[in-house]
Amino acid sequence: MSEQRTGAQIMCEALIRDGVEVMFGYPGGAIMPFYYAMWEYRDQLRHVLVRHEQGGGHAAEGYARATGKLGVCIGTSGPGATNLVTAIADAMMDSTPMLAITGQVSSAVLGKDAFQETDITGITMPITKHNYLVKRVEDIAYVIKEAIHLATTGRPGPVLVDITKDAMQAKIVPNWNLKLHLPGYKPTTHGNSRQIREAIGLLSNAKKPLVMAGNGVQMSGGVAELRELAERTGIPVITTLHGIGAFPEDHPLSIGMPGMHGWVHVNRAIQECDVLLNIGGRFDDRVTGKASTFAPNAKIIHVDIDPSEIGKNVKVTVPIVGDARNVMQALLDELPAREELAALHGNASDWLEHIRDMQDKHQHKQQYLNRPDTSNLMPHDVYAALTRNLNARGPYRVVTDVGQHQMWAAQLIDWQHPRTHITSGGAGTMGFSVPAALGVAIAYPDETVWAICGDGGFQMMNQEMATIIQEGITNVKICVINNGYLGMVRQWQELFEQKRYSGTPLSGPNFAKLAEAYGWKGLTIERAEDVEAAIAEAYATDGPVLIDFRVEREVNVYPMVPQGVSIGEMIMETPNPA
Amino acid sequence: MNKHTIVALMQDRPGALNRAVSLFRRRGYNIESLAVGHTETEGISRMTLVVESADVEQVVKQLYRLVEVLKVSDVTSDPTVEREMVLVKIHAPADKRAEVVAVGEIFGAKIVDVGATTMVLEMTGTPSKVENFVDVIKPFGVKEMMRTGRIAMVRGARGHGAQSYDAAENGHLAEPLAALN
Ligand SMILES: Cc1ncc(C[n+]2csc(CCOP(=O)(O)OP(=O)(O)O)c2C)c(N)n1
Ligand SMILES: [Mg+2]
Repeated sequence: MSEQRTGAQIMCEALIRDGVEVMFGYPGGAIMPFYYAMWEYRDQLRHVLVRHEQGGGHAAEGYARATGKLGVCIGTSGPGATNLVTAIADAMMDSTPMLAITGQVSSAVLGKDAFQETDITGITMPITKHNYLVKRVEDIAYVIKEAIHLATTGRPGPVLVDITKDAMQAKIVPNWNLKLHLPGYKPTTHGNSRQIREAIGLLSNAKKPLVMAGNGVQMSGGVAELRELAERTGIPVITTLHGIGAFPEDHPLSIGMPGMHGWVHVNRAIQECDVLLNIGGRFDDRVTGKASTFAPNAKIIHVDIDPSEIGKNVKVTVPIVGDARNVMQALLDELPAREELAALHGNASDWLEHIRDMQDKHQHKQQYLNRPDTSNLMPHDVYAALTRNLNARGPYRVVTDVGQHQMWAAQLIDWQHPRTHITSGGAGTMGFSVPAALGVAIAYPDETVWAICGDGGFQMMNQEMATIIQEGITNVKICVINNGYLGMVRQWQELFEQKRYSGTPLSGPNFAKLAEAYGWKGLTIERAEDVEAAIAEAYATDGPVLIDFRVEREVNVYPMVPQGVSIGEMIMETPNPA
Repeated sequence: MNKHTIVALMQDRPGALNRAVSLFRRRGYNIESLAVGHTETEGISRMTLVVESADVEQVVKQLYRLVEVLKVSDVTSDPTVEREMVLVKIHAPADKRAEVVAVGEIFGAKIVDVGATTMVLEMTGTPSKVENFVDVIKPFGVKEMMRTGRIAMVRGARGHGAQSYDAAENGHLAEPLAALN
C-alpha cells in the first residue's frame, strides 16, 4: 500500500480508480513512461493503438457519445498533441466528456523549444473546458481526478492533462485520499422552483406549444422524462440534430428536425408557436437561421445547464439553469393533473393537427423515400434500404460524417432509440465517422455499428480501418455515399455561386479495393436494385464491410434554409435557371 | 461603444488570467486596462479590467464558466472607488525643480527620486485625475511613464469580498441569472 510508484503508474491507477477501461492513443518519446507503466495494467486498462491521434480523439468521442461515459485519448508531445486538437475542439462544441492526456518534455527544458515541445495547454485553452500542465509527480493523482470530474459533470466537455516526462518518471508513495477543491465550480443542477412554476404557467395556457429536445436530453439521461412530459401535456416534440434519439420518431407527438435542413412543417411550426420549451439545446445558428427572426411569436423557456448559453442567441422569457433531466422531473412534479390540463390538451391537439396538415402539404420523409424517376442510383435508395433494415435487424448505432450524407441520414432514417445517432454537430468535423465508429464498436461489440460517410470525409480518416482489423472488431459497416464531390459545398456553389465548382470535384481510389487491402470486405454498388442485397451481405458477414455506393452526383439536400435567412424561408427544390 | 469596468475574483492558479483575458481577445475586444493582485484571502486574486465594447454581458457570463473564477461583476454603473497609479520620470534640471515640485503638490504627487537632470514622481488618484496630472506634467518633458491600470472597489456594504466565496453555495450564479430576467 505504501509502496513507491512512478508518476506513470499513478496515472494508470488514477484512471482505473475513476472507472476508465479503454484508451485510444499513440505513443512517442515524451509519453513513453506512461506506455511503459501501461504494460502492467493491461488487463484492466485497454489501450487501442489508433493510426492517427485525431482518430484516437474521435474514437474517444464516439465511445463517450454512445455510452455517456468518459472517452480517453492519448498523444505524445508536439505533433502528437497537436494532432489531437481537432478532436478536442469537436468535443468542446458538442459537450462530449473527454480526457486528453499528452506527454510533455521534461520540466527542465520546458519553454526552451526542446525536441517535440509544443505549448499544448496554450493551444487548447479556448477549446477545452479546462486544462492542466503537470510538472510534479505529487500532483498527478489529484489532477487526473479533478480533470475527470470536470469532464463528466455539469456541462460535459474535453479536459486536457499535459504531464512532463520527468513527472511521469519520478517516484512517490501516492496519496489516494483526495478531496476535490473547486470553489469556483458548482454547476447548478436543479432548476429554480419559481422559474419551474413560471414555465408550467406558460405551458398550461399555451395555444401552440412546442418542445425542442437538444443534446442535453440524452446527455442527462432524460429520455424517459421527456416522453412523460410530452405525453402528459400533449405537446409536439422537435428533435434537433443532437436531439435525435431522445424521442422516438414513430411517436404520434414527434414532428422531426428543425433548422437549415429541417422539415418545412417543423420550421413553420417554430415560426407560429406561442410557447417554445427548449430542453438542453443551445439555439445554434444552424437551428435558428437568422436569430432575430426566430420564433417571433413565442415566449421561450430555455433549460440549459450552462448559464452562459441562456440569452446568448435568442431572447428568453423563462431561463432555467439546471440539468435537463432534473428540470424535466421538476416540471413533471409541478404539472397539474390531466383534468386540469384539458384546455392545453385541446389546444395542443388542434395545433398538432395543423402541423400535420402542413407536413402533408410540403415535402416530407415519405416523399423522399419514394424513388425519383431516374435509372441512376439515388442516395435516397440507400437511406430507404437502411431504414428498412436498421429497425428490423436488432440493435444498431449509426455514426455519420459531415456533409450531404449526414443531413440525409438525420432526415431519412427512422430514429427510435437514444444514443443511436452519433455525429459531429457543432464543429462539423469531416473525418469523424470512421474513427468514431471504432470507439462505438468497442463500447458495443454486440450491436451493428454503421458509419455513413461521404467520399470526402472517408478519405480524411479511413486509416482507422487498420485499427479496426488489429483490434479484431467485426461489427463495423461503412457506407460511403460516393458522389464524386464535396457534395455539401458543391450544393452551395450550385445554388448561390452560379455553379462555380471550384475545388469540389473529387476523385478517390477504388474504395472497395482499398477496403480489401485493409482486410475488410468491400462492395461496390451502382444500381438501385442491388442496394438491399448489399446491405444484407454486410449484415451476414462476420467482419467489417465497406459498401461504396456510387450515387447520382449532383443531388441536393432539401428543404434548405439559406444562411442568414429566417427559417420560415425554405428552398424546396432547385430553382430553374433564369 | 461603452466602457465597462469588470471586477472578477479568481483562484490564483497558472493560466487563470490567460483564460479570462482570452474570452475578450476571442471577440476582438481591446482591453484598455488590466490590474491583478492578491486579495485579503490567500490563493485568491482580484482582477479589474476595463474594456470598450457594446456588449459584455455574454463575456461576463462566460467568465463564470472558467473553473477558477469565483465571482464576476460589471461594476460600470455601480458607485465605485476607482484608483490608478502613475510613475513618471521627467526632465528636471536644477532650475526647473521648484516648478515641478509645485505642480506635483497640486496633485498630491510624491517625489520618489531625484537625479542630476531627472525627477521621478508618483501619483495616485482617479483615472481622470491621473490623466489630468499627466497632461500638466508633460510639457516638462516626459522621459518614461508607467501607469498601473485601474483598480476598482464597490462602495458601501454591497461588497465583492474574497472571504465569503466558499460560504455561498451557488451564490455565484445568482447574479448572471438575475440579469437575464
Ligand atoms: C475538416 C473539414 N474540412 C472542410 C469542411 C467543409 N465541408 C463541409 S461539408 C463538405 C463536403 C463533404 O464532402 P463529402 O465528405 O464527400 O460528403 P457529401 O457532402 O458529398 O455527402 C466540406 C468540404 C468540414 N466540414 N470539415
Ligand atoms: Mg461527396
